[in-house]
Amino acid sequence: MKARVVVTLKDGILDPQGKAIEGALKSLGIAGIDSLRQGKIFEIELATNDPTAAEGVLRAACEKLLANQVVENFQVEIFSNFASGGLPEQANMSEENITGT
Amino acid sequence: MKAAIILFPGSNRERDALRAVEKIANAKPSVVWHGEHSLPAGSDLAVLPGGFSYGDYLRCGAIAARAPVMDAVRAHARRGGLVLGICNGFQILVEAGLLPGVLMRNANLRFICRMQHLTVERADTPFTSNYAKGQIIKVAIAHGEGNYVADAETIARVEGEGRVAFRYCDARGGRNGDANPNGSVNDIAGIYSERFNVLGLMPHPENLIDPLVGGIDGRGMFESLAAFKGTPDQGTFGYRRSATPSAAPFMLNRRRAACFNFFHADASATRRPTPG
Repeated sequence: MKARVVVTLKDGILDPQGKAIEGALKSLGIAGIDSLRQGKIFEIELATNDPTAAEGVLRAACEKLLANQVVENFQVEIFSNFASGGLPEQANMSEENITGT
Repeated sequence: MKAAIILFPGSNRERDALRAVEKIANAKPSVVWHGEHSLPAGSDLAVLPGGFSYGDYLRCGAIAARAPVMDAVRAHARRGGLVLGICNGFQILVEAGLLPGVLMRNANLRFICRMQHLTVERADTPFTSNYAKGQIIKVAIAHGEGNYVADAETIARVEGEGRVAFRYCDARGGRNGDANPNGSVNDIAGIYSERFNVLGLMPHPENLIDPLVGGIDGRGMFESLAAFKGTPDQGTFGYRRSATPSAAPFMLNRRRAACFNFFHADASATRRPTPG
Protein backbone atom coordinates (compact mmCIF):
# COMPACT_ATOMS: atom_id res chain seq x y z
CA MET A 1 0.00 0.00 0.00
CA LYS A 2 1.31 3.43 -0.91
CA ALA A 3 0.64 6.82 0.50
CA ARG A 4 1.53 10.39 -0.18
CA VAL A 5 1.88 13.00 2.54
CA VAL A 6 1.73 16.65 1.58
CA VAL A 7 2.97 19.18 4.12
CA THR A 8 2.18 22.84 3.53
CA LEU A 9 2.61 26.03 5.51
CA LYS A 10 -0.45 27.27 7.33
CA ASP A 11 -2.20 30.34 6.04
CA GLY A 12 -0.64 33.52 7.29
CA ILE A 13 2.81 31.99 7.82
CA LEU A 14 5.39 33.91 5.82
CA ASP A 15 6.81 31.73 3.03
CA PRO A 16 9.87 33.58 1.71
CA GLN A 17 10.87 30.62 -0.49
CA GLY A 18 7.44 30.56 -2.12
CA LYS A 19 7.66 34.32 -2.64
CA ALA A 20 11.07 33.97 -4.31
CA ILE A 21 9.76 31.23 -6.63
CA GLU A 22 6.70 33.33 -7.40
CA GLY A 23 8.98 36.24 -8.32
CA ALA A 24 11.13 34.01 -10.52
CA LEU A 25 8.06 32.78 -12.43
CA LYS A 26 6.98 36.38 -12.99
CA SER A 27 10.44 37.26 -14.26
CA LEU A 28 10.20 34.35 -16.72
CA GLY A 29 7.09 35.96 -18.14
CA ILE A 30 4.74 33.24 -16.89
CA ALA A 31 1.61 35.24 -16.30
CA GLY A 32 -1.58 34.35 -14.47
CA ILE A 33 -0.15 33.19 -11.13
CA ASP A 34 -1.71 35.09 -8.26
CA SER A 35 0.32 33.51 -5.48
CA LEU A 36 2.47 30.48 -4.78
CA ARG A 37 3.33 28.59 -1.58
CA GLN A 38 6.02 25.95 -1.27
CA GLY A 39 5.48 22.67 0.55
CA LYS A 40 6.90 19.16 0.84
CA ILE A 41 5.75 15.79 -0.50
CA PHE A 42 6.64 12.43 1.08
CA GLU A 43 5.98 9.26 -0.92
CA ILE A 44 5.62 6.37 1.48
CA GLU A 45 5.37 2.61 1.06
CA LEU A 46 3.43 0.96 3.85
CA ALA A 47 3.86 -2.55 5.20
CA THR A 48 0.14 -2.89 5.79
CA ASN A 49 -2.77 -3.28 3.38
CA ASP A 50 -5.32 -2.19 5.94
CA PRO A 51 -6.40 1.40 5.28
CA THR A 52 -7.34 1.98 8.93
CA ALA A 53 -3.98 0.80 10.19
CA ALA A 54 -2.25 2.83 7.47
CA GLU A 55 -4.14 5.91 8.54
CA GLY A 56 -2.97 5.44 12.12
CA VAL A 57 0.65 5.00 11.07
CA LEU A 58 0.60 8.03 8.79
CA ARG A 59 -1.14 10.26 11.28
CA ALA A 60 1.47 9.35 13.91
CA ALA A 61 4.29 9.97 11.40
CA CYS A 62 2.90 13.39 10.54
CA GLU A 63 2.19 14.46 14.09
CA LYS A 64 5.49 13.21 15.49
CA LEU A 65 7.89 14.23 12.76
CA LEU A 66 6.83 15.02 9.21
CA ALA A 67 4.92 18.22 10.02
CA ASN A 68 5.60 20.87 12.63
CA GLN A 69 2.04 21.73 13.49
CA VAL A 70 3.03 25.14 14.85
CA VAL A 71 3.36 26.34 11.26
CA GLU A 72 2.45 23.44 8.98
CA ASN A 73 -0.63 21.48 7.90
CA PHE A 74 -0.50 17.97 6.53
CA GLN A 75 -2.66 16.01 4.15
CA VAL A 76 -2.44 12.26 3.64
CA GLU A 77 -3.55 10.31 0.59
CA ILE A 78 -3.64 6.51 0.83
CA PHE A 79 -3.68 4.47 -2.35
CA SER A 80 -5.07 0.98 -1.86
CA ASN A 81 -4.73 -0.14 -5.50
CA PHE A 82 -1.88 0.85 -7.69
CA ALA A 83 0.05 -0.18 -10.73
CA SER A 84 3.43 -1.54 -9.68
CA GLY A 85 6.42 0.72 -9.96
CA GLY A 86 4.77 4.03 -9.41
CA LEU A 87 1.94 5.95 -7.94
CA PRO A 88 -1.50 4.86 -9.13
CA GLU A 89 -3.39 5.79 -12.21
CA GLN A 90 -6.23 8.12 -11.46
CA ALA A 91 -8.75 5.44 -12.55
CA ASN A 92 -7.93 2.71 -10.03
CA MET A 93 -7.02 4.98 -7.18
CA SER A 94 -8.94 4.67 -4.00
CA GLU A 95 -8.07 7.67 -1.98
CA GLU A 96 -8.55 8.61 1.60
CA ASN A 97 -7.78 11.96 2.99
CA ILE A 98 -6.60 12.68 6.48
CA THR A 99 -6.11 16.31 7.06
CA GLY A 100 -4.29 17.65 10.04
CA THR A 101 -4.44 21.24 11.12
CA MET B 1 28.34 23.16 38.41
CA LYS B 2 28.36 20.15 36.10
CA ALA B 3 27.51 20.69 32.47
CA ALA B 4 26.66 18.24 29.69
CA ILE B 5 27.36 19.39 26.12
CA ILE B 6 25.03 17.40 23.87
CA LEU B 7 26.67 16.36 20.63
CA PHE B 8 24.58 15.56 17.54
CA PRO B 9 25.86 14.50 14.13
CA GLY B 10 26.43 17.87 12.46
CA SER B 11 26.91 19.94 15.63
CA ASN B 12 29.89 22.21 15.04
CA ARG B 13 30.02 24.69 17.93
CA GLU B 14 30.40 22.16 20.71
CA ARG B 15 34.01 23.10 21.41
CA ASP B 16 33.13 26.77 21.67
CA ALA B 17 30.33 25.90 24.10
CA LEU B 18 32.59 23.57 26.05
CA ARG B 19 35.31 26.18 26.37
CA ALA B 20 32.89 28.90 27.54
CA VAL B 21 31.26 26.56 30.04
CA GLU B 22 34.59 25.41 31.41
CA LYS B 23 36.55 28.66 31.43
CA ILE B 24 33.86 31.17 32.31
CA ALA B 25 31.07 29.19 33.97
CA ASN B 26 33.66 27.23 35.97
CA ALA B 27 31.72 24.10 35.18
CA LYS B 28 32.98 20.59 34.68
CA PRO B 29 31.84 19.80 31.15
CA SER B 30 31.34 16.42 29.59
CA VAL B 31 30.31 15.71 26.04
CA VAL B 32 27.23 13.53 25.69
CA TRP B 33 26.51 11.72 22.43
CA HIS B 34 22.98 12.00 21.01
CA GLY B 35 22.39 8.27 21.32
CA GLU B 36 22.73 8.27 25.11
CA HIS B 37 19.63 7.73 27.21
CA SER B 38 20.76 9.72 30.22
CA LEU B 39 22.84 12.72 31.22
CA PRO B 40 25.84 12.27 33.54
CA ALA B 41 24.63 11.98 37.13
CA GLY B 42 24.32 15.33 38.86
CA SER B 43 24.29 17.42 35.68
CA ASP B 44 23.13 20.97 36.43
CA LEU B 45 23.24 22.31 32.89
CA ALA B 46 22.64 20.75 29.48
CA VAL B 47 23.96 22.73 26.51
CA LEU B 48 22.71 22.13 22.96
CA PRO B 49 25.39 23.74 20.80
CA GLY B 50 25.12 25.33 17.38
CA GLY B 51 25.70 23.66 14.05
CA PHE B 52 23.70 21.88 11.42
CA SER B 53 22.48 18.71 13.10
CA TYR B 54 21.49 16.12 10.49
CA GLY B 55 22.30 18.64 7.77
CA ASP B 56 19.14 20.60 8.63
CA TYR B 57 17.20 17.84 6.83
CA LEU B 58 13.40 17.98 6.99
CA ARG B 59 13.40 21.09 9.21
CA CYS B 60 16.24 22.61 11.24
CA GLY B 61 16.58 20.67 14.47
CA ALA B 62 13.67 18.35 13.66
CA ILE B 63 15.58 15.08 13.62
CA ALA B 64 17.92 15.95 16.49
CA ALA B 65 14.85 16.83 18.58
CA ARG B 66 13.77 13.16 18.33
CA ALA B 67 17.17 11.73 19.35
CA PRO B 68 17.24 9.41 22.38
CA VAL B 69 19.20 11.91 24.49
CA MET B 70 16.40 14.45 24.16
CA ASP B 71 14.18 12.39 26.47
CA ALA B 72 16.92 12.79 29.09
CA VAL B 73 17.14 16.53 28.37
CA ARG B 74 13.36 16.79 28.68
CA ALA B 75 13.41 14.96 32.01
CA HIS B 76 16.28 17.19 33.18
CA ALA B 77 14.25 20.30 32.26
CA ARG B 78 11.16 18.90 34.00
CA ARG B 79 13.20 18.52 37.19
CA GLY B 80 14.11 22.21 36.86
CA GLY B 81 17.60 21.56 35.49
CA LEU B 82 19.12 24.27 33.32
CA VAL B 83 19.07 23.87 29.53
CA LEU B 84 20.80 26.26 27.13
CA GLY B 85 20.18 25.93 23.39
CA ILE B 86 22.30 28.11 21.13
CA CYS B 87 21.46 28.63 17.44
CA ASN B 88 20.79 25.10 16.14
CA GLY B 89 20.32 24.20 19.81
CA PHE B 90 17.46 26.72 19.97
CA GLN B 91 15.96 25.19 16.82
CA ILE B 92 16.19 21.75 18.45
CA LEU B 93 14.51 23.00 21.65
CA VAL B 94 11.49 24.36 19.78
CA GLU B 95 11.22 21.19 17.70
CA ALA B 96 11.43 19.14 20.91
CA GLY B 97 8.58 21.13 22.43
CA LEU B 98 10.74 22.51 25.25
CA LEU B 99 10.16 26.05 24.01
CA PRO B 100 7.18 27.40 22.04
CA GLY B 101 7.19 28.61 18.44
CA VAL B 102 9.45 27.75 15.55
CA LEU B 103 12.44 29.20 13.67
CA MET B 104 11.76 29.80 10.00
CA ARG B 105 13.96 30.81 7.08
CA ASN B 106 15.37 34.33 7.47
CA ALA B 107 13.00 36.84 5.88
CA ASN B 108 15.67 37.90 3.35
CA LEU B 109 16.43 34.23 2.50
CA ARG B 110 20.13 34.73 3.22
CA PHE B 111 22.44 33.08 5.70
CA ILE B 112 23.53 35.93 7.96
CA CYS B 113 26.93 35.87 9.67
CA ARG B 114 27.86 39.09 11.43
CA MET B 115 28.04 40.92 14.74
CA GLN B 116 24.68 41.92 16.20
CA HIS B 117 23.52 44.04 19.12
CA LEU B 118 20.96 42.66 21.55
CA THR B 119 19.11 44.02 24.55
CA VAL B 120 19.11 41.90 27.69
CA GLU B 121 15.42 41.87 28.60
CA ARG B 122 15.78 40.71 32.19
CA ALA B 123 18.67 40.19 34.57
CA ASP B 124 17.06 37.97 37.18
CA THR B 125 17.47 34.56 35.58
CA PRO B 126 20.20 31.92 35.98
CA PHE B 127 21.51 32.92 32.53
CA THR B 128 21.58 36.72 32.82
CA SER B 129 22.15 37.73 36.46
CA ASN B 130 25.56 39.19 35.62
CA TYR B 131 24.07 41.51 33.02
CA ALA B 132 21.99 44.60 33.75
CA LYS B 133 18.36 44.76 32.68
CA GLY B 134 18.24 46.63 29.37
CA GLN B 135 21.98 46.26 28.79
CA ILE B 136 23.03 46.31 25.15
CA ILE B 137 25.48 43.57 24.24
CA LYS B 138 27.26 42.83 20.99
CA VAL B 139 27.59 39.19 19.99
CA ALA B 140 27.84 37.13 16.82
CA ILE B 141 24.97 35.69 14.82
CA ALA B 142 25.38 33.03 12.13
CA HIS B 143 22.18 31.44 10.88
CA GLY B 144 19.92 30.90 7.91
CA GLU B 145 16.82 30.01 9.92
CA GLY B 146 16.47 32.40 12.82
CA ASN B 147 13.13 33.97 12.03
CA TYR B 148 11.14 33.35 15.21
CA VAL B 149 7.48 32.67 14.50
CA ALA B 150 4.60 31.69 16.76
CA ASP B 151 0.85 32.27 16.66
CA ALA B 152 -0.47 35.52 18.13
CA GLU B 153 -1.75 33.80 21.25
CA THR B 154 1.65 32.22 22.00
CA ILE B 155 3.47 35.51 21.40
CA ALA B 156 1.04 37.29 23.74
CA ARG B 157 1.64 34.65 26.42
CA VAL B 158 5.44 34.69 26.05
CA GLU B 159 5.49 38.49 26.15
CA GLY B 160 2.97 38.64 28.99
CA GLU B 161 5.03 36.26 31.11
CA GLY B 162 8.23 38.22 30.42
CA ARG B 163 9.83 35.25 28.73
CA VAL B 164 11.69 37.14 26.00
CA ALA B 165 15.37 36.84 26.93
CA PHE B 166 17.03 38.97 24.23
CA ARG B 167 15.86 41.21 21.39
CA TYR B 168 17.74 42.34 18.31
CA CYS B 169 18.55 46.06 18.37
CA ASP B 170 21.00 48.59 16.97
CA ALA B 171 24.10 49.89 18.79
CA ARG B 172 21.98 52.35 20.79
CA GLY B 173 19.29 49.88 21.65
CA GLY B 174 16.95 51.16 18.93
CA ARG B 175 14.46 48.73 17.46
CA ASN B 176 13.28 50.34 14.25
CA GLY B 177 13.08 47.22 12.10
CA ASP B 178 16.46 47.65 10.39
CA ALA B 179 18.21 46.15 13.41
CA ASN B 180 16.22 42.92 13.08
CA PRO B 181 18.38 40.63 10.94
CA ASN B 182 15.93 37.84 10.20
CA GLY B 183 12.33 39.00 10.53
CA SER B 184 11.66 37.55 13.99
CA VAL B 185 8.37 38.59 15.58
CA ASN B 186 8.93 41.47 18.06
CA ASP B 187 12.70 41.29 17.36
CA ILE B 188 12.88 38.15 19.50
CA ALA B 189 16.41 36.68 19.62
CA GLY B 190 15.89 34.31 22.55
CA ILE B 191 13.17 33.05 24.88
CA TYR B 192 12.80 31.28 28.21
CA SER B 193 10.60 28.41 29.26
CA GLU B 194 7.78 29.02 31.74
CA ARG B 195 10.08 28.35 34.70
CA PHE B 196 13.04 30.24 33.19
CA ASN B 197 15.29 27.19 33.45
CA VAL B 198 15.38 26.63 29.66
CA LEU B 199 16.84 29.31 27.40
CA GLY B 200 17.03 29.17 23.61
CA LEU B 201 18.71 31.90 21.57
CA MET B 202 19.98 32.33 18.02
CA PRO B 203 23.08 34.48 18.79
CA HIS B 204 26.37 33.00 19.96
CA PRO B 205 27.45 34.37 23.37
CA GLU B 206 29.87 31.44 23.69
CA ASN B 207 31.98 32.92 20.90
CA LEU B 208 32.41 36.28 22.64
CA ILE B 209 34.35 35.37 25.75
CA ASP B 210 37.87 36.38 24.70
CA PRO B 211 39.05 39.87 23.65
CA LEU B 212 41.28 38.17 21.11
CA VAL B 213 38.27 37.30 18.97
CA GLY B 214 36.50 40.62 19.06
CA GLY B 215 34.64 41.02 22.33
CA ILE B 216 33.66 39.63 25.67
CA ASP B 217 29.97 40.50 25.82
CA GLY B 218 29.07 36.82 25.89
CA ARG B 219 30.92 36.25 29.15
CA GLY B 220 28.04 37.60 31.21
CA MET B 221 25.90 34.59 30.41
CA PHE B 222 28.49 32.09 31.57
CA GLU B 223 29.40 34.20 34.62
CA SER B 224 25.72 34.23 35.49
CA LEU B 225 25.67 30.45 35.26
CA ALA B 226 28.77 30.28 37.47
CA ALA B 227 27.09 32.49 40.05
CA PHE B 228 23.82 30.55 40.02
CA LYS B 229 23.23 28.70 43.26
CA GLY B 230 20.15 26.66 42.61
CA THR B 231 19.27 24.12 45.22
CA PRO B 232 16.39 21.66 45.37
CA ASP B 233 12.95 23.25 45.59
CA GLN B 234 14.30 26.74 46.10
CA GLY B 235 12.45 29.74 44.75
CA THR B 236 11.32 30.49 41.23
CA PHE B 237 14.61 29.53 39.66
CA GLY B 238 15.46 26.65 41.95
CA TYR B 239 16.01 23.26 40.43
CA ARG B 240 16.46 19.70 41.54
CA ARG B 241 19.36 17.43 40.88
CA SER B 242 18.92 14.09 39.19
CA ALA B 243 17.54 11.59 41.64
CA THR B 244 18.81 8.52 39.81
CA PRO B 245 22.54 8.78 39.13
CA SER B 246 23.86 6.20 36.73
CA ALA B 247 27.59 5.58 36.67
CA ALA B 248 27.97 3.72 33.39
CA PRO B 249 26.98 6.45 30.91
CA PHE B 250 28.99 8.94 32.93
CA MET B 251 32.17 6.91 32.45
CA LEU B 252 31.43 6.63 28.74
CA ASN B 253 30.96 10.35 28.48
CA ARG B 254 34.19 11.06 30.29
CA ARG B 255 36.01 8.92 27.80
CA ARG B 256 34.41 10.77 24.92
CA ALA B 257 35.26 14.09 26.54
CA ALA B 258 38.94 13.13 26.62
CA CYS B 259 39.42 14.35 23.06
CA PHE B 260 38.61 17.86 24.25
CA ASN B 261 41.37 17.85 26.80
CA PHE B 262 43.47 20.41 25.00
CA PHE B 263 40.98 23.02 26.22
CA HIS B 264 41.60 21.99 29.79
CA ALA B 265 45.17 23.32 29.74
CA ASP B 266 44.45 26.70 31.33
CA ALA B 267 41.34 25.75 33.26
CA SER B 268 42.89 27.31 36.36
CA ALA B 269 42.87 30.81 34.85
CA THR B 270 40.96 33.20 37.07
CA ARG B 271 37.67 34.59 35.90
CA ARG B 272 37.45 38.28 35.29
CA PRO B 273 34.19 40.16 35.73
CA THR B 274 32.60 41.76 32.68
CA PRO B 275 32.72 45.56 32.80
CA GLY B 276 29.24 47.06 33.13
